[in-house]
Amino acid sequence: MLSASSNPVPAIAEPPAPATDWAVKVEHLVLTYKTTVEKKPTFKKALVRLGRRQRIVREIQAVRDVSFDVPHGAVLGIIGVNGAGKSTLMRTVAGILPPTSGRIEVHGRVSTLLALGVGFKGDVSGRENVVLGGLAAGLTKEQLAQKYDEIAEFAELGDFMDMPMRTYSSGMFGRLAFSVAVNMDPDILLIDEALSVGDARFREKSFEKMRELCRSSSTILLVSHGLNAIRKLADEVIWLHQGEIAMRGEATEVIQAYKRFLDVRESDIADDDV
Amino acid sequence: MSTIAERRDAGEFASEIHVYEPHKVGLPPLGAYLTQLWGRREFAFELARSDLRSKHFNTALGQLWLVLNPLLLGLVYFALVLIIGRRGGSIAGLALLLLALFTFRLVSTSISQGARSVVGGGRLILNTAFPRTLLPLSSVLTCFMLFLPTLGVYAIVHVAAGLPVRPEILWGIPIVATMVVFAAGGAMFVAAVQVYFRDLTSFLRYMLRIWLYLSPILWTAAQVPERYKPLLYLNPLYPPLTALSEAVNFGVTPPARLLLLSVAWAVAAFVVGGLFFISREREFAVRL
Repeated sequence: MLSASSNPVPAIAEPPAPATDWAVKVEHLVLTYKTTVEKKPTFKKALVRLGRRQRIVREIQAVRDVSFDVPHGAVLGIIGVNGAGKSTLMRTVAGILPPTSGRIEVHGRVSTLLALGVGFKGDVSGRENVVLGGLAAGLTKEQLAQKYDEIAEFAELGDFMDMPMRTYSSGMFGRLAFSVAVNMDPDILLIDEALSVGDARFREKSFEKMRELCRSSSTILLVSHGLNAIRKLADEVIWLHQGEIAMRGEATEVIQAYKRFLDVRESDIADDDV
Repeated sequence: MSTIAERRDAGEFASEIHVYEPHKVGLPPLGAYLTQLWGRREFAFELARSDLRSKHFNTALGQLWLVLNPLLLGLVYFALVLIIGRRGGSIAGLALLLLALFTFRLVSTSISQGARSVVGGGRLILNTAFPRTLLPLSSVLTCFMLFLPTLGVYAIVHVAAGLPVRPEILWGIPIVATMVVFAAGGAMFVAAVQVYFRDLTSFLRYMLRIWLYLSPILWTAAQVPERYKPLLYLNPLYPPLTALSEAVNFGVTPPARLLLLSVAWAVAAFVVGGLFFISREREFAVRL
Protein backbone atom coordinates (compact mmCIF):
# COMPACT_ATOMS: atom_id res chain seq x y z
CA MET A 1 0.00 0.00 0.00
CA LEU A 2 1.56 3.18 1.11
CA SER A 3 5.24 2.97 0.49
CA ALA A 4 7.86 5.52 1.23
CA SER A 5 11.57 5.80 1.33
CA SER A 6 13.92 8.53 2.23
CA ASN A 7 16.97 6.69 0.95
CA PRO A 8 18.26 7.55 -2.46
CA VAL A 9 17.51 4.66 -4.76
CA PRO A 10 18.74 4.63 -8.32
CA ALA A 11 15.87 5.77 -10.48
CA ILE A 12 14.72 3.03 -12.79
CA ALA A 13 12.31 4.16 -15.43
CA GLU A 14 9.45 1.73 -15.31
CA PRO A 15 6.95 1.64 -18.12
CA PRO A 16 3.77 3.29 -16.85
CA ALA A 17 1.00 0.86 -16.06
CA PRO A 18 -2.20 1.56 -17.98
CA ALA A 19 -4.31 1.56 -14.83
CA THR A 20 -2.86 2.48 -11.47
CA ASP A 21 -3.96 1.64 -7.99
CA TRP A 22 -2.49 4.87 -6.69
CA ALA A 23 -3.77 8.39 -7.06
CA VAL A 24 -0.58 10.23 -6.21
CA LYS A 25 2.94 8.97 -6.80
CA VAL A 26 5.96 10.94 -5.68
CA GLU A 27 9.35 9.64 -6.83
CA HIS A 28 12.64 10.93 -5.46
CA LEU A 29 11.30 14.41 -5.10
CA VAL A 30 13.85 17.10 -4.40
CA LEU A 31 12.84 20.70 -4.12
CA THR A 32 15.28 23.51 -3.64
CA TYR A 33 14.42 27.10 -4.15
CA LYS A 34 16.00 30.46 -3.75
CA THR A 35 14.30 33.15 -1.84
CA THR A 36 15.19 36.35 -0.10
CA VAL A 37 14.95 36.88 3.60
CA GLU A 38 13.20 40.14 2.93
CA LYS A 39 9.44 40.15 3.13
CA LYS A 40 9.17 42.87 0.55
CA PRO A 41 12.25 43.01 -1.66
CA THR A 42 12.76 46.40 -3.24
CA PHE A 43 15.09 47.85 -5.82
CA LYS A 44 16.22 50.47 -3.32
CA LYS A 45 17.35 47.87 -0.80
CA ALA A 46 18.96 45.82 -3.56
CA LEU A 47 21.09 48.82 -4.56
CA VAL A 48 22.13 49.43 -0.95
CA ARG A 49 23.13 45.79 -0.61
CA LEU A 50 25.03 45.91 -3.87
CA GLY A 51 27.02 48.80 -2.43
CA ARG A 52 27.80 46.72 0.64
CA ARG A 53 28.34 43.57 -1.45
CA GLN A 54 25.80 41.71 0.63
CA ARG A 55 23.76 38.83 -0.67
CA ILE A 56 20.58 37.86 0.99
CA VAL A 57 19.30 35.28 -1.44
CA ARG A 58 19.20 31.99 0.40
CA GLU A 59 18.89 28.58 -1.07
CA ILE A 60 16.39 26.47 0.80
CA GLN A 61 16.37 22.70 0.52
CA ALA A 62 12.75 22.20 1.39
CA VAL A 63 12.25 18.60 0.28
CA ARG A 64 15.10 16.09 -0.04
CA ASP A 65 14.55 12.85 -1.91
CA VAL A 66 11.07 11.99 -0.80
CA SER A 67 9.20 9.08 -2.37
CA PHE A 68 5.77 7.73 -1.54
CA ASP A 69 2.51 6.89 -3.16
CA VAL A 70 -1.05 7.25 -2.04
CA PRO A 71 -3.63 4.66 -3.13
CA HIS A 72 -7.01 5.78 -4.48
CA GLY A 73 -9.34 6.58 -1.64
CA ALA A 74 -6.66 6.65 1.05
CA VAL A 75 -6.14 9.44 3.55
CA LEU A 76 -2.53 10.37 4.15
CA GLY A 77 -1.67 12.56 7.08
CA ILE A 78 1.53 14.59 6.98
CA ILE A 79 2.97 15.87 10.23
CA GLY A 80 6.17 17.57 11.25
CA VAL A 81 7.52 20.63 12.98
CA ASN A 82 7.23 24.08 11.41
CA GLY A 83 9.57 24.35 8.45
CA ALA A 84 9.79 20.60 7.89
CA GLY A 85 8.73 21.01 4.25
CA LYS A 86 5.10 19.94 4.58
CA SER A 87 3.56 22.90 2.79
CA THR A 88 6.21 22.86 0.08
CA LEU A 89 5.55 19.18 -0.50
CA MET A 90 1.83 19.85 -0.82
CA ARG A 91 2.41 22.71 -3.25
CA THR A 92 4.57 20.47 -5.39
CA VAL A 93 1.86 17.80 -5.50
CA ALA A 94 -0.62 20.55 -6.43
CA GLY A 95 1.62 21.59 -9.34
CA ILE A 96 2.26 25.05 -7.94
CA LEU A 97 6.01 24.51 -7.48
CA PRO A 98 7.95 22.52 -10.07
CA PRO A 99 10.27 19.82 -8.69
CA THR A 100 14.01 20.46 -8.81
CA SER A 101 14.43 16.80 -9.54
CA GLY A 102 12.25 13.75 -9.28
CA ARG A 103 8.78 13.19 -10.58
CA ILE A 104 5.21 13.47 -9.40
CA GLU A 105 2.22 11.91 -11.01
CA VAL A 106 -1.29 12.77 -9.92
CA HIS A 107 -4.32 10.94 -11.29
CA GLY A 108 -7.58 12.74 -10.78
CA ARG A 109 -9.11 16.16 -10.36
CA VAL A 110 -7.39 18.05 -7.60
CA SER A 111 -8.90 20.52 -5.21
CA THR A 112 -6.57 22.46 -2.95
CA LEU A 113 -6.79 24.32 0.30
CA LEU A 114 -3.17 25.34 0.74
CA ALA A 115 -3.68 29.00 1.39
CA LEU A 116 -6.96 30.79 1.82
CA GLY A 117 -7.07 31.04 -1.95
CA VAL A 118 -10.59 32.27 -2.15
CA GLY A 119 -10.83 35.99 -1.67
CA PHE A 120 -7.71 37.20 -3.37
CA LYS A 121 -9.73 40.15 -4.62
CA GLY A 122 -10.77 41.94 -1.45
CA ASP A 123 -12.95 44.47 -3.21
CA VAL A 124 -15.24 42.00 -4.95
CA SER A 125 -17.92 39.86 -3.32
CA GLY A 126 -17.52 36.39 -1.89
CA ARG A 127 -19.73 35.09 -4.68
CA GLU A 128 -17.47 36.53 -7.39
CA ASN A 129 -14.38 35.29 -5.62
CA VAL A 130 -15.78 31.76 -5.57
CA VAL A 131 -16.35 31.98 -9.33
CA LEU A 132 -12.88 33.44 -9.98
CA GLY A 133 -11.15 30.82 -7.84
CA GLY A 134 -13.08 28.04 -9.55
CA LEU A 135 -12.34 29.32 -13.06
CA ALA A 136 -8.64 29.58 -12.21
CA ALA A 137 -8.74 25.99 -11.00
CA GLY A 138 -10.10 24.95 -14.38
CA LEU A 139 -13.81 24.53 -13.68
CA THR A 140 -16.39 25.85 -16.08
CA LYS A 141 -18.98 28.48 -15.27
CA GLU A 142 -21.73 25.86 -15.54
CA GLN A 143 -20.01 23.57 -13.06
CA LEU A 144 -19.59 26.49 -10.69
CA ALA A 145 -23.21 27.54 -11.03
CA GLN A 146 -24.25 24.02 -10.04
CA LYS A 147 -21.93 23.97 -7.06
CA TYR A 148 -22.51 27.50 -5.90
CA ASP A 149 -25.56 26.91 -3.66
CA GLU A 150 -23.87 24.00 -1.94
CA ILE A 151 -20.76 26.12 -1.27
CA ALA A 152 -22.75 29.08 0.05
CA GLU A 153 -24.93 26.88 2.23
CA PHE A 154 -22.00 25.04 3.75
CA ALA A 155 -20.10 28.25 4.49
CA GLU A 156 -23.19 29.70 6.23
CA LEU A 157 -22.28 33.25 5.37
CA GLY A 158 -25.79 34.36 4.40
CA ASP A 159 -25.88 37.88 2.99
CA PHE A 160 -22.15 38.24 3.35
CA MET A 161 -21.74 36.21 0.16
CA ASP A 162 -22.64 39.34 -1.77
CA MET A 163 -20.47 41.69 0.27
CA PRO A 164 -16.90 42.61 -0.67
CA MET A 165 -14.53 40.14 0.93
CA ARG A 166 -12.58 42.84 2.70
CA THR A 167 -15.54 43.08 5.06
CA TYR A 168 -15.07 39.44 6.14
CA SER A 169 -13.54 38.36 9.40
CA SER A 170 -10.69 35.88 9.21
CA GLY A 171 -13.03 33.12 10.37
CA MET A 172 -15.43 33.89 7.55
CA PHE A 173 -12.57 33.83 5.07
CA GLY A 174 -11.56 30.40 6.31
CA ARG A 175 -15.10 29.07 6.20
CA LEU A 176 -15.61 30.10 2.60
CA ALA A 177 -12.22 28.76 1.50
CA PHE A 178 -12.86 25.43 3.22
CA SER A 179 -16.33 25.22 1.75
CA VAL A 180 -15.04 25.82 -1.78
CA ALA A 181 -12.27 23.24 -1.46
CA VAL A 182 -14.45 20.42 -0.14
CA ASN A 183 -17.51 21.05 -2.29
CA MET A 184 -15.81 20.78 -5.67
CA ASP A 185 -16.21 16.98 -5.80
CA PRO A 186 -12.49 16.48 -6.07
CA ASP A 187 -10.87 13.10 -6.71
CA ILE A 188 -7.92 14.30 -4.70
CA LEU A 189 -8.08 16.85 -1.94
CA LEU A 190 -4.97 18.61 -0.67
CA ILE A 191 -5.51 20.37 2.63
CA ASP A 192 -2.93 22.30 4.59
CA GLU A 193 -3.87 23.34 8.13
CA ALA A 194 -7.46 24.13 7.53
CA LEU A 195 -9.39 22.13 10.06
CA SER A 196 -9.27 24.90 12.57
CA VAL A 197 -11.20 27.58 10.77
CA GLY A 198 -14.28 29.26 12.12
CA ASP A 199 -15.96 28.78 15.46
CA ALA A 200 -16.29 25.53 17.40
CA ARG A 201 -19.48 24.57 15.63
CA PHE A 202 -18.05 25.13 12.17
CA ARG A 203 -14.95 23.21 13.15
CA GLU A 204 -17.12 20.30 14.16
CA LYS A 205 -18.99 20.57 10.90
CA SER A 206 -15.84 20.71 8.80
CA PHE A 207 -14.46 17.71 10.66
CA GLU A 208 -17.67 15.80 9.85
CA LYS A 209 -17.39 16.86 6.22
CA MET A 210 -13.84 15.57 6.15
CA ARG A 211 -15.00 12.26 7.62
CA GLU A 212 -17.65 12.06 4.95
CA LEU A 213 -15.06 12.71 2.24
CA CYS A 214 -12.78 10.12 3.82
CA ARG A 215 -15.56 7.56 3.72
CA SER A 216 -16.30 8.40 0.10
CA SER A 217 -13.70 7.51 -2.46
CA SER A 218 -11.75 10.77 -2.30
CA THR A 219 -8.02 10.59 -1.85
CA ILE A 220 -6.89 13.09 0.74
CA LEU A 221 -3.51 14.51 1.69
CA LEU A 222 -3.83 16.31 4.95
CA VAL A 223 -1.25 18.48 6.68
CA SER A 224 -2.11 19.40 10.24
CA HIS A 225 -0.65 20.12 13.64
CA GLY A 226 -3.93 18.89 15.07
CA LEU A 227 -2.74 15.41 15.92
CA ASN A 228 -6.17 14.29 17.12
CA ALA A 229 -7.70 15.06 13.78
CA ILE A 230 -4.89 13.29 11.96
CA ARG A 231 -5.27 10.24 14.19
CA LYS A 232 -9.01 10.07 13.54
CA LEU A 233 -8.92 10.73 9.81
CA ALA A 234 -5.71 9.38 8.36
CA ASP A 235 -5.11 5.79 7.27
CA GLU A 236 -1.39 6.35 7.31
CA VAL A 237 0.89 9.13 8.38
CA ILE A 238 4.18 10.50 7.12
CA TRP A 239 6.36 12.39 9.56
CA LEU A 240 8.46 14.85 7.66
CA HIS A 241 11.61 16.21 9.26
CA GLN A 242 13.98 18.67 7.60
CA GLY A 243 12.64 17.77 4.20
CA GLU A 244 13.02 14.03 4.63
CA ILE A 245 10.63 11.30 5.66
CA ALA A 246 11.54 10.52 9.26
CA MET A 247 8.89 7.86 9.64
CA ARG A 248 5.81 6.53 7.94
CA GLY A 249 3.21 4.05 8.95
CA GLU A 250 0.05 3.60 10.92
CA ALA A 251 -1.29 6.85 12.37
CA THR A 252 -1.11 6.16 16.14
CA GLU A 253 2.37 4.74 15.92
CA VAL A 254 3.84 7.64 13.96
CA ILE A 255 2.08 10.24 16.07
CA GLN A 256 3.44 8.65 19.26
CA ALA A 257 6.97 8.66 17.91
CA TYR A 258 6.55 12.23 16.79
CA LYS A 259 5.35 13.29 20.21
CA ARG A 260 8.25 11.52 21.89
CA PHE A 261 10.52 13.46 19.58
CA LEU A 262 8.82 16.72 20.45
CA ASP A 263 8.94 15.70 24.09
CA VAL A 264 5.39 16.77 24.76
CA ARG A 265 3.08 15.16 27.23
CA GLU A 266 -0.05 13.35 26.15
CA SER A 267 -2.20 16.39 26.53
CA ASP A 268 -5.24 17.77 24.88
CA ILE A 269 -3.53 21.07 24.25
CA ALA A 270 -0.90 19.53 22.03
CA ASP A 271 -3.40 17.25 20.33
CA ASP A 272 -6.20 19.66 19.87
CA ASP A 273 -6.99 21.15 16.54
CA VAL A 274 -6.21 24.68 17.53
CA MET B 1 -11.97 8.22 -24.62
CA SER B 2 -8.25 8.63 -24.79
CA THR B 3 -5.90 6.15 -23.25
CA ILE B 4 -3.78 6.99 -20.27
CA ALA B 5 -0.67 6.90 -22.44
CA GLU B 6 -2.18 9.44 -24.80
CA ARG B 7 -3.32 11.70 -22.04
CA ARG B 8 0.01 11.37 -20.31
CA ASP B 9 1.56 13.20 -23.28
CA ALA B 10 -0.36 16.27 -22.34
CA GLY B 11 1.88 16.44 -19.29
CA GLU B 12 1.43 18.67 -16.33
CA PHE B 13 -1.32 20.81 -17.78
CA ALA B 14 -3.76 18.02 -18.59
CA SER B 15 -6.88 18.17 -16.48
CA GLU B 16 -7.06 14.64 -15.12
CA ILE B 17 -3.54 13.26 -15.18
CA HIS B 18 -0.83 15.59 -14.06
CA VAL B 19 2.84 14.81 -14.37
CA TYR B 20 5.22 17.23 -12.74
CA GLU B 21 8.85 17.07 -13.71
CA PRO B 22 11.71 19.56 -13.58
CA HIS B 23 11.43 22.23 -16.23
CA LYS B 24 13.92 22.29 -19.05
CA VAL B 25 15.74 25.64 -19.27
CA GLY B 26 13.26 27.00 -16.77
CA LEU B 27 10.30 26.78 -19.10
CA PRO B 28 7.28 24.49 -18.88
CA PRO B 29 6.22 22.68 -22.09
CA LEU B 30 4.95 25.67 -24.06
CA GLY B 31 2.36 23.89 -26.20
CA ALA B 32 0.58 22.46 -23.16
CA TYR B 33 0.96 25.77 -21.36
CA LEU B 34 -0.75 27.69 -24.15
CA THR B 35 -3.54 25.11 -24.39
CA GLN B 36 -4.15 25.50 -20.69
CA LEU B 37 -4.01 29.28 -20.98
CA TRP B 38 -6.61 29.23 -23.73
CA GLY B 39 -8.75 26.77 -21.77
CA ARG B 40 -8.90 29.13 -18.82
CA ARG B 41 -9.39 32.36 -20.75
CA GLU B 42 -12.80 32.72 -19.10
CA PHE B 43 -10.94 33.44 -15.85
CA ALA B 44 -9.17 36.44 -17.38
CA PHE B 45 -12.45 37.81 -18.75
CA GLU B 46 -14.28 37.26 -15.48
CA LEU B 47 -11.46 38.86 -13.51
CA ALA B 48 -11.55 41.92 -15.78
CA ARG B 49 -15.32 42.15 -15.50
CA SER B 50 -15.35 41.86 -11.72
CA ASP B 51 -12.56 44.44 -11.57
CA LEU B 52 -14.76 46.89 -13.46
CA ARG B 53 -17.79 46.02 -11.35
CA SER B 54 -15.86 46.62 -8.14
CA LYS B 55 -15.02 50.09 -9.44
CA HIS B 56 -18.75 50.65 -10.09
CA PHE B 57 -18.26 50.99 -13.82
CA ASN B 58 -21.47 49.03 -14.27
CA THR B 59 -23.49 51.97 -12.91
CA ALA B 60 -24.62 55.00 -14.93
CA LEU B 61 -22.49 57.45 -12.94
CA GLY B 62 -19.51 55.14 -13.14
CA GLN B 63 -19.79 55.01 -16.91
CA LEU B 64 -20.14 58.76 -17.08
CA TRP B 65 -16.93 59.08 -15.09
CA LEU B 66 -15.30 56.61 -17.43
CA VAL B 67 -15.86 59.07 -20.27
CA LEU B 68 -15.41 62.30 -18.30
CA ASN B 69 -12.11 61.36 -16.70
CA PRO B 70 -10.10 60.87 -19.92
CA LEU B 71 -11.85 63.83 -21.53
CA LEU B 72 -10.88 66.14 -18.64
CA LEU B 73 -7.35 64.79 -18.74
CA GLY B 74 -7.26 65.51 -22.47
CA LEU B 75 -8.46 69.06 -21.88
CA VAL B 76 -5.80 69.62 -19.22
CA TYR B 77 -3.07 68.54 -21.63
CA PHE B 78 -4.64 70.58 -24.41
CA ALA B 79 -4.52 73.68 -22.21
CA LEU B 80 -0.90 72.85 -21.40
CA VAL B 81 -0.02 72.62 -25.09
CA LEU B 82 -1.73 75.93 -25.77
CA ILE B 83 0.07 77.69 -22.95
CA ILE B 84 3.52 76.28 -23.71
CA GLY B 85 3.08 76.53 -27.47
CA ARG B 86 1.65 80.07 -27.13
CA ARG B 87 -0.66 79.47 -30.00
CA GLY B 88 -4.34 79.31 -30.64
CA GLY B 89 -5.94 75.91 -30.43
CA SER B 90 -8.32 74.29 -32.84
CA ILE B 91 -10.76 71.45 -32.36
CA ALA B 92 -8.72 69.46 -34.86
CA GLY B 93 -5.69 69.93 -32.63
CA LEU B 94 -7.73 68.63 -29.71
CA ALA B 95 -8.81 65.61 -31.77
CA LEU B 96 -5.19 64.75 -32.57
CA LEU B 97 -4.20 65.05 -28.94
CA LEU B 98 -7.14 63.03 -27.61
CA LEU B 99 -6.62 60.09 -29.98
CA ALA B 100 -2.93 59.82 -29.14
CA LEU B 101 -3.52 60.35 -25.44
CA PHE B 102 -6.29 57.75 -25.17
CA THR B 103 -4.31 55.07 -26.97
CA PHE B 104 -1.16 55.90 -25.02
CA ARG B 105 -3.17 55.53 -21.83
CA LEU B 106 -4.40 52.14 -23.02
CA VAL B 107 -0.76 51.00 -23.08
CA SER B 108 0.44 52.81 -19.97
CA THR B 109 -2.47 51.76 -17.72
CA SER B 110 -2.15 48.17 -18.97
CA ILE B 111 1.47 48.20 -17.90
CA SER B 112 0.92 49.89 -14.55
CA GLN B 113 -2.07 47.68 -13.67
CA GLY B 114 -0.29 44.62 -14.99
CA ALA B 115 2.60 45.35 -12.65
CA ARG B 116 0.33 44.89 -9.66
CA SER B 117 -1.51 41.85 -11.00
CA VAL B 118 0.78 39.07 -9.77
CA VAL B 119 1.58 40.50 -6.36
CA GLY B 120 -2.12 41.30 -5.95
CA GLY B 121 -3.08 37.72 -6.81
CA GLY B 122 -0.93 36.30 -4.02
CA ARG B 123 -3.51 34.12 -2.29
CA LEU B 124 -4.66 32.56 -5.51
CA ILE B 125 -1.09 31.88 -6.63
CA LEU B 126 -0.29 30.15 -3.35
CA ASN B 127 -3.36 27.95 -3.57
CA THR B 128 -4.04 27.08 -7.18
CA ALA B 129 -1.99 25.87 -10.12
CA PHE B 130 -2.93 27.82 -13.25
CA PRO B 131 -1.03 29.68 -15.98
CA ARG B 132 -0.04 32.88 -14.17
CA THR B 133 0.04 34.86 -17.43
CA LEU B 134 -3.74 35.04 -17.02
CA LEU B 135 -3.25 37.71 -14.34
CA PRO B 136 -1.36 40.38 -16.35
CA LEU B 137 -3.37 39.53 -19.49
CA SER B 138 -6.54 40.16 -17.52
CA SER B 139 -5.23 43.60 -16.54
CA VAL B 140 -4.75 44.38 -20.22
CA LEU B 141 -8.33 43.27 -20.88
CA THR B 142 -9.60 45.55 -18.11
CA CYS B 143 -7.73 48.51 -19.61
CA PHE B 144 -9.02 47.68 -23.07
CA MET B 145 -12.60 47.65 -21.77
CA LEU B 146 -11.92 51.05 -20.17
CA PHE B 147 -10.45 52.29 -23.47
CA LEU B 148 -13.49 51.47 -25.61
CA PRO B 149 -15.82 54.22 -24.30
CA THR B 150 -13.12 56.85 -24.89
CA LEU B 151 -13.42 56.07 -28.61
CA GLY B 152 -16.93 57.52 -28.40
CA VAL B 153 -15.52 60.76 -26.97
CA TYR B 154 -12.97 60.87 -29.75
CA ALA B 155 -15.61 60.22 -32.42
CA ILE B 156 -17.60 63.25 -31.30
CA VAL B 157 -14.55 65.53 -31.35
CA HIS B 158 -13.46 64.06 -34.70
CA VAL B 159 -16.78 64.95 -36.30
CA ALA B 160 -16.92 68.34 -34.56
CA ALA B 161 -13.45 69.15 -35.91
CA GLY B 162 -14.61 68.32 -39.43
CA LEU B 163 -11.92 65.70 -39.90
CA PRO B 164 -12.53 63.28 -42.79
CA VAL B 165 -14.50 60.07 -42.29
CA ARG B 166 -13.05 57.61 -44.77
CA PRO B 167 -12.63 53.82 -44.91
CA GLU B 168 -8.92 54.33 -44.20
CA ILE B 169 -9.95 54.93 -40.60
CA LEU B 170 -10.32 51.14 -40.33
CA TRP B 171 -6.51 50.91 -40.36
CA GLY B 172 -6.90 52.04 -36.80
CA ILE B 173 -8.12 48.58 -35.76
CA PRO B 174 -4.94 46.61 -36.59
CA ILE B 175 -2.79 49.47 -35.28
CA VAL B 176 -4.57 49.50 -31.92
CA ALA B 177 -4.29 45.69 -31.93
CA THR B 178 -0.49 45.96 -32.20
CA MET B 179 -0.54 48.38 -29.28
CA VAL B 180 -2.60 45.95 -27.18
CA VAL B 181 -0.16 43.13 -27.97
CA PHE B 182 2.75 45.40 -27.09
CA ALA B 183 1.00 46.37 -23.83
CA ALA B 184 0.44 42.70 -22.99
CA GLY B 185 4.15 42.00 -23.42
CA GLY B 186 5.03 44.98 -21.27
CA ALA B 187 2.47 44.04 -18.62
CA MET B 188 3.82 40.49 -18.35
CA PHE B 189 7.38 41.77 -18.07
CA VAL B 190 6.72 44.29 -15.30
CA ALA B 191 4.36 41.90 -13.47
CA ALA B 192 7.25 39.43 -13.09
CA VAL B 193 9.80 42.11 -12.18
CA GLN B 194 7.43 43.50 -9.54
CA VAL B 195 7.66 40.20 -7.64
CA TYR B 196 11.40 40.77 -7.19
CA PHE B 197 11.32 44.52 -6.74
CA ARG B 198 8.18 45.67 -5.01
CA ASP B 199 9.01 49.34 -5.42
CA LEU B 200 8.87 49.04 -9.20
CA THR B 201 5.38 50.57 -9.33
CA SER B 202 6.69 53.77 -7.75
CA PHE B 203 9.40 54.10 -10.41
CA LEU B 204 7.04 53.02 -13.13
CA ARG B 205 4.76 55.97 -12.52
CA TYR B 206 7.57 58.40 -13.40
CA MET B 207 8.84 56.34 -16.29
CA LEU B 208 5.39 56.20 -17.87
CA ARG B 209 5.02 59.95 -17.42
CA ILE B 210 8.35 60.58 -19.16
CA TRP B 211 7.36 58.16 -21.89
CA LEU B 212 4.18 60.16 -22.41
CA TYR B 213 6.20 63.34 -22.98
CA LEU B 214 8.61 61.51 -25.30
CA SER B 215 5.78 60.16 -27.45
CA PRO B 216 4.07 62.13 -30.24
CA ILE B 217 1.05 63.12 -28.14
CA LEU B 218 1.59 66.69 -27.02
CA TRP B 219 3.70 67.30 -30.13
CA THR B 220 3.81 65.91 -33.65
CA ALA B 221 6.71 64.41 -35.57
CA ALA B 222 6.65 67.41 -37.92
CA GLN B 223 7.72 69.66 -35.04
CA VAL B 224 10.87 67.63 -34.39
CA PRO B 225 14.11 69.02 -35.92
CA GLU B 226 15.37 66.83 -38.76
CA ARG B 227 18.58 65.74 -37.03
CA TYR B 228 16.69 64.31 -34.03
CA LYS B 229 14.19 62.37 -36.12
CA PRO B 230 16.10 59.03 -36.13
CA LEU B 231 15.85 59.09 -32.33
CA LEU B 232 12.07 58.91 -32.59
CA TYR B 233 12.33 55.30 -33.68
CA LEU B 234 13.79 54.32 -30.34
CA ASN B 235 10.34 54.82 -28.89
CA PRO B 236 8.27 51.67 -29.50
CA LEU B 237 5.09 53.74 -29.45
CA TYR B 238 6.26 56.23 -32.08
CA PRO B 239 5.40 54.03 -35.10
CA PRO B 240 1.90 52.98 -33.99
CA LEU B 241 0.93 56.45 -32.68
CA THR B 242 2.05 58.15 -35.87
CA ALA B 243 0.42 55.52 -38.07
CA LEU B 244 -2.78 55.80 -36.05
CA SER B 245 -2.87 59.56 -36.44
CA GLU B 246 -2.43 59.27 -40.21
CA ALA B 247 -5.18 56.69 -40.52
CA VAL B 248 -7.76 57.93 -38.04
CA ASN B 249 -7.15 61.69 -37.82
CA PHE B 250 -6.51 62.25 -41.52
CA GLY B 251 -8.04 59.22 -43.22
CA VAL B 252 -4.80 58.36 -45.03
CA THR B 253 -3.33 54.88 -45.47
CA PRO B 254 -0.32 54.85 -43.13
CA PRO B 255 3.15 54.12 -44.57
CA ALA B 256 3.99 50.40 -44.60
CA ARG B 257 7.24 51.14 -42.76
CA LEU B 258 5.34 52.42 -39.72
CA LEU B 259 2.92 49.50 -39.80
CA LEU B 260 5.71 46.95 -40.00
CA LEU B 261 7.62 48.62 -37.17
CA SER B 262 4.49 48.59 -35.03
CA VAL B 263 4.05 44.87 -35.63
CA ALA B 264 7.74 44.20 -34.98
CA TRP B 265 7.74 46.05 -31.65
CA ALA B 266 4.52 44.31 -30.61
CA VAL B 267 5.78 40.82 -31.43
CA ALA B 268 9.16 41.47 -29.82
CA ALA B 269 7.60 42.84 -26.61
CA PHE B 270 5.09 40.00 -26.41
CA VAL B 271 7.65 37.24 -26.95
CA VAL B 272 10.27 38.72 -24.62
CA GLY B 273 7.76 39.71 -21.92
CA GLY B 274 5.88 36.42 -22.19
CA LEU B 275 8.94 34.17 -22.10
CA PHE B 276 10.43 36.13 -19.21
CA PHE B 277 7.20 35.86 -17.26
CA ILE B 278 6.70 32.16 -17.93
CA SER B 279 10.30 31.38 -17.03
CA ARG B 280 9.84 33.09 -13.65
CA GLU B 281 6.24 32.23 -12.84
CA ARG B 282 6.89 28.98 -10.98
CA GLU B 283 9.00 30.94 -8.52
CA PHE B 284 6.20 33.32 -7.64
CA ALA B 285 4.76 30.96 -5.03
CA VAL B 286 7.94 31.11 -2.94
CA ARG B 287 8.50 34.82 -3.47
CA LEU B 288 5.12 36.17 -2.52
